[in-house]
Order: sequence, then structure tokens, then C-alpha cells
Amino acid sequence: MTSRRDFLIAAASAAGGVGLTVSRRAHATPAEMQDAVRKVTGGAPVRSGRVKLDVPPLIDNGNAVPLSVAVESPMTPSDHVKSIHVVTERNPLPNVVSVHLGPRAGRARFATRVRLADTQTVLAIAEMSDGSFWSDSVHVVVTLSACLEEGLI
Amino acid sequence: MSALRARWPLHALAAACVALVYAQDASAAGIPPGERRSGYEFMSRETRAMQDDDFANPGTLWVLDGEALWNRKEGAARRACADCHGDARASMKGVAVRHPAWDAAAGRPVNLEQRINACRAVRQEAAPLAYEDKDLLALTAYVARQSRGMAIDIASDGGMRPFLDAGRETFMRRQGQLNLACVQCHDDQWGKKLAGTTIPQAHPTGYPIYRLEWQGLGSLQRRLRNCMIGMRAEPYAYGAPEFVDLELYLMWRARGMKLEAPGVRP
Amino acid sequence: MARAVVNVPATVRRGEVFEIRTLVQHAMETGFRRTQLGEAIPRDIIRQFVCTYNGAEVFRAEFHPAISANPLLAFSTVATESGTLAFAWTGDKGFSVTESARITVV
Repeated sequence: MTSRRDFLIAAASAAGGVGLTVSRRAHATPAEMQDAVRKVTGGAPVRSGRVKLDVPPLIDNGNAVPLSVAVESPMTPSDHVKSIHVVTERNPLPNVVSVHLGPRAGRARFATRVRLADTQTVLAIAEMSDGSFWSDSVHVVVTLSACLEEGLI
Repeated sequence: MSALRARWPLHALAAACVALVYAQDASAAGIPPGERRSGYEFMSRETRAMQDDDFANPGTLWVLDGEALWNRKEGAARRACADCHGDARASMKGVAVRHPAWDAAAGRPVNLEQRINACRAVRQEAAPLAYEDKDLLALTAYVARQSRGMAIDIASDGGMRPFLDAGRETFMRRQGQLNLACVQCHDDQWGKKLAGTTIPQAHPTGYPIYRLEWQGLGSLQRRLRNCMIGMRAEPYAYGAPEFVDLELYLMWRARGMKLEAPGVRP
Repeated sequence: MARAVVNVPATVRRGEVFEIRTLVQHAMETGFRRTQLGEAIPRDIIRQFVCTYNGAEVFRAEFHPAISANPLLAFSTVATESGTLAFAWTGDKGFSVTESARITVV
């Protein structure tokens, strides 16, 4: 059955395309996530470990999911975490949040609440002061998606 | 339209509809008092944690805004709520759990939003605030917060009776294209699943709530409108007497249960 | 100014690592939602959060639309000296909110 939106888009295109800008894709692809990772790492290898990504594996509501990342590090001027990045596989956009730390952070850890649009893999990457990259990932099952539900009532 | 489709697939709803048409008629007794559960108990551990921690609860932002508004001089009378009511922690304690309450001037019960607007009009000579207005939500959140932990205590005698009965009738009446009555899900089928979500008992123990789906704070009437749209019924307008009567019935049905305002709900 | 709440201990021992929790009111409009008539609601989010400790930056975060509305952010810093922790959120449509808290280091 044609949705009303599809009908309007078809009609608009037939009429010579009035400015109906439609973002048709619902989510990014694993390839786009890899691109986002590459932007952070510049292509350098990312090793699994030292990073602990905490997000519930079963999520009944994807609108406000508690997420925290902790990285093992002495956080000294010569050996610390410079930044932590969180990306997803199937949200409409791969990037979630990037935090920039330093020795003054004391502990390489932060917590927030995120939107998750689909059952997918969430990835956290930490950049160390020595230029190395470490990561952790969690596969989450999302029952009710954020971003894709048009809850406007 | 697609909001409804996304929420509850048509085939699931149709199946539920067929099942309920042939189900036993709603029991007049309702949920036994000992079996009543707040929506809180149907939420995930994470969502409950979000409500319990004042700091993690986004409703706190509205409560703080409400506190600022409480102390701000408003309207042509240049009067703040605090000028008459003093410290809300004392004067507003127990107010939210008694509303909807009888209003002599209106000749009928009024809810908290209407009470606040009446005060604004008469005492502050200020324009009324619309439902879901940021300031009205902040004030109701602030006032309701002062009753947190208290038992809901709704009068049902005398003049209140006809309005309570009208609210109960709305709760029991089949509505909308799906021809469902609130009672069929919320008294008879609570605890069971509907499209992946557990059906709660529909007690207004947390209002105004931060609803994750709204990504914001909203009133009981907003939630009731969501329900009616979900049943494909024409929702009453904000402030309609049918809504206030239904709020009265729902609060009365939840009497004795503790207020959690501002609650967090999925 | 939009409401922001910060949770900072009043007193900390020198050298100790302590947690700061922040909450700010913002709808974080993703840009993926549409009105009932199908019109796209434009993206409107907080883009950056910065925390400074007596003027020196100790923590910075870049937000994307996947951060939930009314963002909560918790992080740590080392108690170096008494003074002021300043917090600034900036975003689309000129959004700018600041908050500060005094801390005593003993």
C-alpha cells in the first residue's frame, strides 16, 4: 500500500520536482561507520582492549539509553587518553559523541544518554597519547527505535 | 497516520480487537486494590534509575524552571505565586494529590493546570497558559513535586459524584475505529504484551511525566490524547470537560497510590 | 537562558579525582523528524560542551544528533586547587548556556 508520503513524493517528482527534500535512508551502513572510524584514526590500526563500553545489551526504548565508556590508563602527562569516540552501525548518522580528555581528567571515563535507532553494534574508540587506538564494542538489541518513530502527538 | 502504524501494526491491533470483542465484558470491580501497580513497575531497570535519581531525571529541569516562575512577579497585578503562597514546599504539599478538586467558582472539579490558570487570571491578572506550554509544565512540575511520596487522595462525595461517574463512563466506553474501551486493556489485560510493550494499569502516578517517546515533559491530557489517537478515536480538545472528568476518575482509581512526580515513562 | 544543572562536590581533597555531572535542557532535534504534513523539522542540537577549571580546559565533548534530548554528561577531573569550574554548552541557532560552580580543595 502506498504511503501518503510516497504518493506526495511521486506527485512532486511528476510535477517537475517542487522542493520536497526527502532524506530517504533510515540508517547508515557498516561501511559509513568504518569511514567515521577512519576519520578518527587516519587509517591507523585499532586494537581491541583497554576500553570498556557499557550499554545495556537489551534496550526496550532507544530514546534515552545510558551509555558509559571507561579506559584503563594512568592518565599521566606522558601516558593518557586523548580522546574517546562512540560510533554506531545503524543509526541514521554513525557518530554519537567525541570527548577530549587529558591528564587533568584523572580518570578516562564519561557517561551520557544516547539514541539508538536499531539493533546494531555500538563501538567506542580511544586515542592514546602515544598515538595508538583501542576499542570495545557491544551488540545491542533495540525494541523501540529512536529517530525513526514519528512521535509527534 | 504512520505514527500509529509504526506503533501498533494493523494486524496486531486487528487481532487484539477481535479477541476483545469476544472477551468477557469489563468487570465492574476493576483491579483489586492489592494488585494495583504504578507504571513505574513495568519499566526497565534503566528507566527506573532515571526516575529515581533527581539528577538524572530530566524532569528536574522543569521543576527548577517552575521554582523560578513561582518567585517571578507576573501579570498586571505584578504578583508572584510566592507573594500569596510563600514557600511552595510547605504550602503546596498535598495539593497535587488532591487534584482534580472541587472548584466552587467553576461549579465542577478542576485539575492542577486549571487551578494554576485560575490563580493567574484572578490573582495575577495574567493571561492563562495553554496546555503543554513550557511555563505551565514547569509550574505543574514544581507544584506536583511538592507532593512526591504522598498518597493520592481524591474526594468522591457530594458534588464530585456526577463528574466521577462521567469519567468512569468514558473509561468504560468503547471508542474509535478500534472500538476499544480503556478498561479492556488497562483493567482486564494489564501485564500482557501489546506490540512488544507491556500494558500498564494506566494510573496517573507520575504526572507531569518526562516521556522518553516525547523526549520532553508533558501533561496527563497529552498522554490521554496519545491513547485516544492510538485507539483511532477523535481526541478531545485540551481542557475539555471530558478530559478533566476522566482525569478525576483515573486519580480516584489510583487513590492511595504514591505520587512520583515528575515521573519518567517510556 | 535554558536551564542547566551541575553536580559538583563542594569540597575535595587535593589530588583526588572527583566526578562532575551535568544536565542541560535542550530538545536535541535530530533533523530526521517530520511534521504530520511531511515537512522535515531541521536539525537543532547542542554541538559542543567545554569544562574549564580556573580557566584551563579540562574536558570537552562534541555532540551529534544521537545524544538524547536534555543531555546528561558525567566526567571526572583532578582536584588541583580551589576555584571555579565553568561549563559552557554551545549549539545550533546560537544556543549558548553557561553555568559555574565553586570548589574548595583542601
